[in-house]
Amino acid sequence: MSGILVIGEVQDGAIAPVSGELVAAALKLVGEGVIGGVSLAVMGDDLSAITAADAPGADRLILMSHPSLRDGGTGGFDAPVLAVAALYESISPDVILFAKTDFGAVAGPRLAFRLGVGMAQDCIDLALDTGTGRVAVTRPVFGGNALAVYGFNGDGTQIATVRPGAFDGMEGEGTGAIEHFDVGAAVAGVRTTLIDTVLQASEGVRLEDAEIIISGGRGLGGPEPFKQLHELANLLGGAVGASRAACDAGWVDHSYQIGLTGKSVRPSVYLSVGISGASQHMAGLSGARNIVAINKDGDANIFKAARFGVVGDWAKVLPAFTATVRDLAG
Amino acid sequence: MALRIAVCVKQVPDPETPASAFKVDEAANRVVPAPGIPPVVNGFDLHAVEAALRIKDGGEAEVTIISAGNNFVMDVMKKPLSMGADALVLAEDPALADIDAFVTVNVLAAIIEKTGPYDLVLAGRQASDWDQAHVPLGLAERLGLPSVTLARNVEPQEGRVRIERALTDGYQVIEAPLPAVVTVSNELGEPRYPTLRGIMAASRKQPERLSLDELGLDGDSLKPALSLRRLFIPEGESQVEIIEGEDEADAGRKLALRLRELNLI
Ligand SMILES: Cc1cc2nc3c(=O)[nH]c(=O)nc-3n(C[C@H](O)[C@H](O)[C@H](O)COP(=O)(O)OP(=O)(O)OC[C@H]3O[C@@H](n4cnc5c(N)ncnc54)[C@H](O)[C@@H]3O)c2cc1C
Ligand SMILES: Nc1ncnc2c1ncn2[C@@H]1O[C@H](COP(=O)(O)O)[C@@H](O)[C@H]1O
Repeated sequence: MSGILVIGEVQDGAIAPVSGELVAAALKLVGEGVIGGVSLAVMGDDLSAITAADAPGADRLILMSHPSLRDGGTGGFDAPVLAVAALYESISPDVILFAKTDFGAVAGPRLAFRLGVGMAQDCIDLALDTGTGRVAVTRPVFGGNALAVYGFNGDGTQIATVRPGAFDGMEGEGTGAIEHFDVGAAVAGVRTTLIDTVLQASEGVRLEDAEIIISGGRGLGGPEPFKQLHELANLLGGAVGASRAACDAGWVDHSYQIGLTGKSVRPSVYLSVGISGASQHMAGLSGARNIVAINKDGDANIFKAARFGVVGDWAKVLPAFTATVRDLAG
Repeated sequence: MALRIAVCVKQVPDPETPASAFKVDEAANRVVPAPGIPPVVNGFDLHAVEAALRIKDGGEAEVTIISAGNNFVMDVMKKPLSMGADALVLAEDPALADIDAFVTVNVLAAIIEKTGPYDLVLAGRQASDWDQAHVPLGLAERLGLPSVTLARNVEPQEGRVRIERALTDGYQVIEAPLPAVVTVSNELGEPRYPTLRGIMAASRKQPERLSLDELGLDGDSLKPALSLRRLFIPEGESQVEIIEGEDEADAGRKLALRLRELNLI
């Protein structure tokens, strides 16, 4: 076995930032003495713009190009899983890291069960397991109410998906070797077919990029109040989000959902209105710097994480808040 | 011919348990069941049951619920039957308390091999206890079947299944040959409520029980791949500054001024 294999991701022909976070996680393991040698592998249909300099921290960069690897594969992620399985056969890594993205959350488990080795999903920390010299992972469980630390049994390859944002990405220029890996026949076993992709055109600022988010929950009581949230977001140049309860009720589209099974956001200000702050909602807010809450229940969980809060009826608090913001803008 | 559908359903602690009632026994590495709060069927699994029942509504299908665990509460586990599922198959054993995903996959695969073949295996996108979201993917690999996750619509056609797969900003349309494993997400829409007739029918049905012996499970197939070393509730200290005013509107005004004062807006 040799070293740590990091499965990075590609966006618009370039190595996506989350790949650097994975390399940082791998280097932390190396620093603690788990095992040396970090290989970053990325795949796509055209990787010609990528150079070793794009992979800071990695000892080598492995490129896997194939038409069936375009945009994460031809549906169901069959092709990338087959490609990584072939790479695994060739380099027998001790540890494999994926990002817990739409792709990694599927590819990591599929590879692990295909190889019959241990795997941990959605890890926020990786460390030396002092008892065994192998890897120990920390992952949020029960919706984020608790943290669990696991060690890998046996001596097989250890696979983990790492939560985006859990590690700071790498800076600087890479100096490692660059290699091409021919996935060739490996991707012939694709069984699922991607027929179509239908994307919601997002108006204004994307939630993931927004510096200010105004977010509404079940406490709003219906779809109408979201107009007020949009009005405020427009004033502040922000975006509107929602709890799952508001999305499931059909008040707003599911593309608004923030949380464990929705979007992860990292705004400077997150103003939540009528949201209780269930741990599964808060799981999407680990990157939010200032949580502000308007909730009529002073004991609501959201106030435990909030920096500022008003205990009261949003229907009275919010219009005054918005009017003041408008006055301040002059 | 009727489509045979298996739906994987897990009994979990109620995720709506208030944070104040959520307790961990750190010495035993276990979650302490909250007194007076019964377990529930994992939420996304009810969405999977709903997906199966919609297929049954639209044609001929036989829906079998399968589950592995211990200390099943029958009123809870019969809920999918009262919604309209046809049969319930349980592997219940003290050895199956708190099993990891690898053992779970072995048990579910054995149930499927014993009671199958199935044309379609449905599951929830994730269980709300350990939040792994990988048992169904493991099951698919173990059974050698294709898998598609996060369905918001599941439509079987001649020998294939067409799935709308939820993305955070839209969806993909994906086709897989049957048999296949598909996980279902809440974008599918609310699961139906049990009807009175459904509840009566469910109360008369008995689950089929399969022992570990009958499933041919022992030794290696019951060995976990991961060991839980520590389980704890992270410390978090509230540092909230509650803004007060003469009335609620005044508090709203003062909140805006405070945020502006700190240059946050
Ligand atoms: C596996 C799993 C994954 C999940 N993933 C997510 C996820 O990604 N995102 C997510 O959001 N949830 C998720 N959930 C659901 C989550 O557990 C909660 O059920 C949900 O977040 C609750 O939404 P809410 O806060 O809007 O509603 P509630 O919990 O009902 O809270 C409403 C709040 O509004 C307040 N309120 C009511 N009226 C007023 C008023 N007039 N003025 C001011 N305040 C008022 C109430 O005091 C209350 O605190 C998930 C659950 C599970 C089990
Ligand atoms: N013990 C179990 N019995 C039946 N189904 C299960 C079990 N564990 C997990 N599943 C299924 O797999 C899905 C994902 O679970 P998990 O991978 O544990 O998050 C759940 O929503 C269930 O449909």
